[in-house]
Amino acid sequence: MTVQNPPAIRRSIARNGWLWTLIRFREAGIGLFILILVIAVTLRAPSFLTIDNFEDILLNISILTIVALAQTMVIITHGIDLSVSSMIGLVAMMVAFVVKQNPEMPVIFSVLLGMALGSVLGTFNGLIITFGKVPPIIATLGTLSIYRGLVFFYSQGTWINSFELPANFKALSKGTPLGLPNMVIIAILVAIVVYYFLNYTRTGRDIYAVGSNPDAAQFAGIRKQRITFLVYMISGLLSGLAAVLWASRFESAQTNTALGFELQTVAASVVGGVSISGGVGTVTGVLLGALLLGIIQNSLTLIRISPFWQLAAQGLLILIAVISDKWILSRVERTKK
Amino acid sequence: MKEQGAIGSKSSALLSEFPPRRSFLANFQRWEWMLVALIILDILFNMSRSPHFLDARNLSRTSSDFMEIGLMMLPMVFIIITGNIDLSVASNMGMSASFMGLLHNQGVNIWVAALAGLLLGTLGGMLNGYLVARVKLPALVVTLGTYAFYRGIAYGFLGDQAARGYPEAFKYLGQGKVFGTLVPFSVALFIVLAILFGLVLHRTTFGRYLYAIGNNENATLYSGIPVARIKFIIYTLSGFMAAFAGLILAARFGSTRPDIGTGLELAVITAVVLGGVDINGGKGTMLGAVLSLFLIGLMRFGMGLLNIQGQVQGIVIGSLLILSILLPGVAQQISSTRNFQFQSRAVLTALGVLAVFVAFFLFFFWSRAAVIAGG
Amino acid sequence: MSEYILELKKISKSFSGVEVLHEVSFALRPGEVHALLGENGAGKSTLVKIITGVHQPDKGEILLNGEHVHFHDARESRQAGIAAIYQELSLFPDLDVAENIFAGRQPVTLGGRVDWRKLYSEAGKLLESLGVKLDLKQKARTLSIAQQQMVEIARAFSINAQILIMDEPTSSLTLHEVDDLFRLVRRLRAEGTAIIFISHRLDELFSLADRVTVLRDGSYVDTREIKDVTRDDLIRMMVGRTITNLFPKQDVQAGDVALRVQDLTRAGSFYNVGFELRRGEILGLAGLVGAGRTNVARAIFGVEPPTAGRLEVEGREVSITSPQQAIELGLAYVPEDRQLHGLIPAMSLTPNISLPTLYQHARAGWLQDKSERRSAYEAALQMEVRANNIWQFARELSGGNQQKVVLAKWLSTNPRILILDEPTRGIDVGTKAAVHALMSKLAAEGMAILMISSELPEILGMSDRIIVMREGHVTAHFSRAEATQEKIISAATQNVTIGMTQ
Repeated sequence: MTVQNPPAIRRSIARNGWLWTLIRFREAGIGLFILILVIAVTLRAPSFLTIDNFEDILLNISILTIVALAQTMVIITHGIDLSVSSMIGLVAMMVAFVVKQNPEMPVIFSVLLGMALGSVLGTFNGLIITFGKVPPIIATLGTLSIYRGLVFFYSQGTWINSFELPANFKALSKGTPLGLPNMVIIAILVAIVVYYFLNYTRTGRDIYAVGSNPDAAQFAGIRKQRITFLVYMISGLLSGLAAVLWASRFESAQTNTALGFELQTVAASVVGGVSISGGVGTVTGVLLGALLLGIIQNSLTLIRISPFWQLAAQGLLILIAVISDKWILSRVERTKK
Repeated sequence: MKEQGAIGSKSSALLSEFPPRRSFLANFQRWEWMLVALIILDILFNMSRSPHFLDARNLSRTSSDFMEIGLMMLPMVFIIITGNIDLSVASNMGMSASFMGLLHNQGVNIWVAALAGLLLGTLGGMLNGYLVARVKLPALVVTLGTYAFYRGIAYGFLGDQAARGYPEAFKYLGQGKVFGTLVPFSVALFIVLAILFGLVLHRTTFGRYLYAIGNNENATLYSGIPVARIKFIIYTLSGFMAAFAGLILAARFGSTRPDIGTGLELAVITAVVLGGVDINGGKGTMLGAVLSLFLIGLMRFGMGLLNIQGQVQGIVIGSLLILSILLPGVAQQISSTRNFQFQSRAVLTALGVLAVFVAFFLFFFWSRAAVIAGG
Repeated sequence: MSEYILELKKISKSFSGVEVLHEVSFALRPGEVHALLGENGAGKSTLVKIITGVHQPDKGEILLNGEHVHFHDARESRQAGIAAIYQELSLFPDLDVAENIFAGRQPVTLGGRVDWRKLYSEAGKLLESLGVKLDLKQKARTLSIAQQQMVEIARAFSINAQILIMDEPTSSLTLHEVDDLFRLVRRLRAEGTAIIFISHRLDELFSLADRVTVLRDGSYVDTREIKDVTRDDLIRMMVGRTITNLFPKQDVQAGDVALRVQDLTRAGSFYNVGFELRRGEILGLAGLVGAGRTNVARAIFGVEPPTAGRLEVEGREVSITSPQQAIELGLAYVPEDRQLHGLIPAMSLTPNISLPTLYQHARAGWLQDKSERRSAYEAALQMEVRANNIWQFARELSGGNQQKVVLAKWLSTNPRILILDEPTRGIDVGTKAAVHALMSKLAAEGMAILMISSELPEILGMSDRIIVMREGHVTAHFSRAEATQEKIISAATQNVTIGMTQ
């Protein structure tokens, strides 16, 4: 048996080109999907493609965006923060109480207060996970219950309603001194800051390193514990901010505020291309993911589909995103040797 | 003094068939003993606070509250031991129960409807199993998706209606007692199933395979074990039990709303992890899980008697969950660290952190006191 | 000013009451390649971990450039200029090449912002000066092992390490890549870096190292100049006795064809592979890493089934889609990576050994503990596994003993066709000889053995016939008599036409 020269197999450089396109494909893919969805919905309900409606969508996803960005950073480190919804609930209640007692207080104080309170809660998570060495899913599962319980304990079952909140507080989220609602502007600012942080600071790049290979990060001199602690603290901080906006937007603080919200933040991240095993994820992706969720929520209402199918649609979306990611990956693997 | 079998040594008869003397009993049951201790403590505590605690009728009534969690917990132990997770159990429960309720509202015989619900739930489990075992997607994300998807379907079935009017025979499943005793039917059923699941886990080849998969899935696959099939089976089983638990819950309430069982998946996972099952897989016992369910049930019952609300009880349960992992870990760290150099810096940071938390709680109580007093 | 850049004096270290290092001394000169040699369990990796600060010595002292140092963790040793490249590569799979080189130390602008332009240009210059061609934006995950090692070395270069430790760097490299690696190492040496080089491949040490230190059973044996020792000297120092026959191959009369492979193809891995394997013979499958040999083995064993081609086991055509099926057909596969595919490190020896045959110790699924334990015990005894007892965790055993456990496991399935993938990789010389002796014995008893190996002496010493693969294709076929190192290397690396003698 004599064998001639074996045929050349695609080399790494060519494979790299293919891979590169596919990775870009991810965000382009969501973008494309959004485009198709927008067209389809507009055909069905022309009222979709109006500025008012668009503003509505942005309003709806502002808070989600802020918290999803935090969740993304946590997931990149191969963790998860299930307690965000309870943190929002607790901080919203506390801030609302304080605002009710001090209606003349400048609004900026309530924002700062919310972020401070949220940071403390996030710090607690961070400590349990880093020093306590409790796996993130368990730690945040625990604090999910603890913080929600504290909401009840704090409010003794009462709640704050619209009349008890001063006008300036309510205007915090919805006022439009700059053309767009404040909430949307805040969300955009947060996105810009997080983008800069993740892409242009050493600490931000360290977050990716820790998620990609925690042991190697240790060897490279990256303080893994500090980074892990940091992302959970940031998660708390941004949840605190979100809490204030939530209370302002919905003009209330109840014991079930933000119940179940953590699902949406993880959904937005996963749909946006963040990998649950860490090391991968972009701000652009998360923004698109949140946008997609917002569009679906909005369009379902416009097309007169019962709001009861919202949840099913979100779930289906997560499944589709993850399945298609896997499909792309398996294609890539097949071209590898 | 253990003799290390040195490489290159001539002796070949160092290998012993029998285990080293001391560790066997001690290691094996350490976690479970801790749970037993906690149970005893809790009983003593609650007995002193409330005379109604050990009342048989009360216990009987409250025990059935936890059986749905218990039923879903049994396959969850299998799943977590293999290193996976199923977040969709409560939603599956809701979907199956809602389907049953919908059919029954349309006039279908309750038992046929129940069977249909079971079937749907099992299909739900199979979808999870297919995506995790065959398509090889991460379990966390898949079951997160189905957590939303199945609950959504539940809402789709019943909307804002409720299903009512279940016949007595059916309600027996959730409300009935074993003939002549105070033991609820669902509790008896759970005990039987728990024993069954426990035996499978600890005394069968299937159970051994679960541990192997949880410890090293690849090596298990290469050893000829049908890993994908096993995973598919346990998820299907989880779906089935979730649906079954849904039926029991619906029978207990006497009605069904689509939000039935919302949030129960957390209770199930808490019970499993508190029971000593490692969330990363490969370790844990069924006994531990059952003991922990018992402990949680007792604690909640006790707190209920003390008029502590359900959500507030969550503070205690959540803390227990965290402490159960945190304390042993910290204790181990303290015993192994001998570096006193770090201590001063650590102490300072700890004090700083403590100060922050103290400030937080002072603020917590101060701000709410003002409002509650003021009304 | 000391002549030594690093000195370890009477280092002792124990873990859980077991002494792993006993008063070991070690001295490293700048600008030398110093080989560290010893069997598995001799203490090499512990010594390295002490140098890098991962572990702290119980007794003894460390001097760096004549001054006492005490590293509390890997960070501190790194900052002192000690870089280590372990077998488990420590790159970040999701970051690109340039960022991997500068991970944790990205260049920043005056404002504290990461200076990407500088990062890429510096990385590019570095790789160019090393003669390494890589796409800077490629994610590390997509690099081959050799490429990953290049990146690691580039990183060591970039931090101007005084001391570089390399732990078994060549075990996954092709000959060509080893040459590239050695070129870089020599360059580092010329620039004054001191290199500690750990390898089991004695031939490599003779071509690269200046001095060699041998450890045995946690104690220091000797340090010699490489030019003053022979291979046998080294083996004797490592083992304490002379190994006479490393390749005890008997001549066996080959029997019927046990396994026939025709036109076996798996898109992306290998194409049109064909060979016959007879009972009683050892067929060596040679080739470079990445040639597709393990893929072929995995295909035959049902882990990654082929996309085309024909497979015959004992004369019957079969389509194997799972390891379970393969085992039923009488096949066994001892994988390349023990820790990943061969063993369950966290479990004790008994469940490890009994796993594929567990059903034999169960009645209707119900486990029979005693039967299982006895069977595992006997299997371990037969393989001469060195451990305290079968209740020990697999991860506590040395590499050689772990391999024995894996072999015990597979032999208890009574296979008729045994596929061994790098059976003696990362194993001490003593166990190596034992494994080879076992192979011979099994072949003599009629086992058909397919042996995948990247060690040419092993291929030449143990095979009855040899097949060579390159880039997914079979390029040559030799009998034992006509095979030489050159011919095999030729077939594995160049585009040539080889004639085959039956």
